Amino acid sequence: MEKTTLFDKIWDSHVVKSVPAGPDVFFIDKHFIHEVTSPVAFLNLEKRGIGVKNPSRTVATPDHNVPTVDQDKTIKDKLSRMQVERLRENCAKYGIELHDLGSAHHGIVHVIGPELGITQPGMTIVCGDSHTSTHGAFGAIAFGIGTSEVEMVLATQCIMQSKAKKMRISVNGTLGPGVTSKDIILYIISKISAAGATGYFVEYAGSAIQSLSMEARMTICNMSIEMGARGGLIAPDETTFNYLKGKQYAPKGADWDKAVAYWKTLKTDEGAVFDKELVFEAADIEPMITYGTNPGMGIKITENIPSTAGMEGSNKTSYLKSLEYMGFAPGESVKGKPVDYVFVGSCTNGRIEDIRSVAQFVKGHKKADNITAWIVPGSKEVEKMAHEEGLVKILEEAGFVLRQPGCSACLAMNDDRIPSGKYAVSTSNRNFEGRQGPGARTMLASPLTVAAVAITGCITDPREVFAN
Amino acid sequence: MAYDKFTILRSTAVPLPTENVDTDQIIPARFLKATEREGFGDNLFRDWRYDVEGNPKKDFVLNDPTYSGKILLAGKNFGSGSSREHAVWAIYDYGFRCVVSSFFADIFKNNCLNIGVLPVTVSAEFADKLFAAIQADPKTEIEVNLPEQKVKLLTTGEFESFDINEYKKDNMQNGFDDIDYLLNMSSEIDAFAASR
Repeated sequence: MEKTTLFDKIWDSHVVKSVPAGPDVFFIDKHFIHEVTSPVAFLNLEKRGIGVKNPSRTVATPDHNVPTVDQDKTIKDKLSRMQVERLRENCAKYGIELHDLGSAHHGIVHVIGPELGITQPGMTIVCGDSHTSTHGAFGAIAFGIGTSEVEMVLATQCIMQSKAKKMRISVNGTLGPGVTSKDIILYIISKISAAGATGYFVEYAGSAIQSLSMEARMTICNMSIEMGARGGLIAPDETTFNYLKGKQYAPKGADWDKAVAYWKTLKTDEGAVFDKELVFEAADIEPMITYGTNPGMGIKITENIPSTAGMEGSNKTSYLKSLEYMGFAPGESVKGKPVDYVFVGSCTNGRIEDIRSVAQFVKGHKKADNITAWIVPGSKEVEKMAHEEGLVKILEEAGFVLRQPGCSACLAMNDDRIPSGKYAVSTSNRNFEGRQGPGARTMLASPLTVAAVAITGCITDPREVFAN
Repeated sequence: MAYDKFTILRSTAVPLPTENVDTDQIIPARFLKATEREGFGDNLFRDWRYDVEGNPKKDFVLNDPTYSGKILLAGKNFGSGSSREHAVWAIYDYGFRCVVSSFFADIFKNNCLNIGVLPVTVSAEFADKLFAAIQADPKTEIEVNLPEQKVKLLTTGEFESFDINEYKKDNMQNGFDDIDYLLNMSSEIDAFAASR
């Protein structure tokens, strides 16, 4: 029998039809929608005079533009309010499940999907958001789509996609202390560049990946898009099954046993061929930080910003433009550079384990005076746990400000903006120009590094703080 | 939704050689708050095009009257980052019908094809040649011929072929979109869903 990859198994079983010399008609199991990329799709359905084919396969939540304060009140920003209201209207009209602001399971779409057990191995999952790749952590094919495709899924439960090439990235061995899954993915992207996996779907494998918790795996898959990959996935295993067991939408009883039996078949056959294979050693990875304006511009905190040696033409011009925006010079160290804001949150690192690790790190300490520290839970559920576990108290005593769930300062569609020229060390996923507000300077790092920066007020290797 | 048919486009081009232009630059997140698809062209490259007071920045290419046209000649890895289709809406709405680059981000490219902006991938060498020609003479015309899958520098006749799958090519030439196709195979999709 032909040896196939995990990606092949899931993809091939969802192809309704292959268009000759064209894409595949690809069946979608679960579709997540939010307020920003769905309204025009619904509007177009109306223009075409058609409805939603299978509302039970779509789940909605407002997350991108929502305020992270006073969520029980009317949204002040008119345009944001209109988008959220439109989402409510569309969900009511077509019978789509909505986890609205203030409800028990409101949150960032990529946080609540797994949390509710909606995300399951073997599924095909799409959403009008590039970080849909997060759900790949469960051994699902999950990727971001544009609004035209949101419309396609609503109308037909299918999209038209060409199958991506396959890449396997293995990370072997054991991570050192103070090194997290965020550092793994920032390290990989720094090695292969922000376009290094364009055209590929990535399977992450190896002992360092297998040893990670589900939440840590989600952080890795989440940032697959930041190296250009269509998505990333990890074969499901006992860690996956244990996470899902008992979740609201996870199968129960005999259905559970049947599901697990199927999920256990979801792995790459030994000898299956990938179009590209990369192997990294966990021992080579250290706490990482970005210094430029795309996620590929990352270094170990102990390293210097690369010099321009060997660069020429538009490559060099683009590099220098990026450093100028950041206020950095080629060849210099970032360690000790003063910082103004820290942000803990987003679909990358806004889960309970992230908040636990920050709280554990800062317990009994105070943030530096020059730092404004925001912590934004990924969902109501995460917020609730953070309160129940006493983490909020620890963080507030350390001087962090807790806000309500949402995408928040990751993309600054609401008022959670970093002022122009200020530096933010952020657990989010993108350091693009203006991403966290016009003129904002973003440096991406792990929750541990962010915690260390909050305490010292400058770029700091978390391994050097509280070395005990 | 249906868009203008694309066959042969002859136009001058606007050069933007910056590499890794992400969709947050093409249209910043704060301009995504619309519930209808209109007015996005005004905010195309907003933060590169205007200062904080909203005055045009003289050094940005869209504000330079020397350059104009329906083709955007872009640097390597154009359209990375967010899946926001609004980025392509902004490009289309501004008046571009074609983006030429040596490398596109995946989702961006799909989004282009879905709304009728033709993404043309050329070799890095040919891209350099196009940039140089436009730099030498901003009135240089480029021909993008979809039926023949060729992009040609009209001044010298130099050309390069580009790839596009037959299905998408047919869609672009006829102004069709994928939903037309999918709606026509509704019963096949139903049968597939029932078998799962």
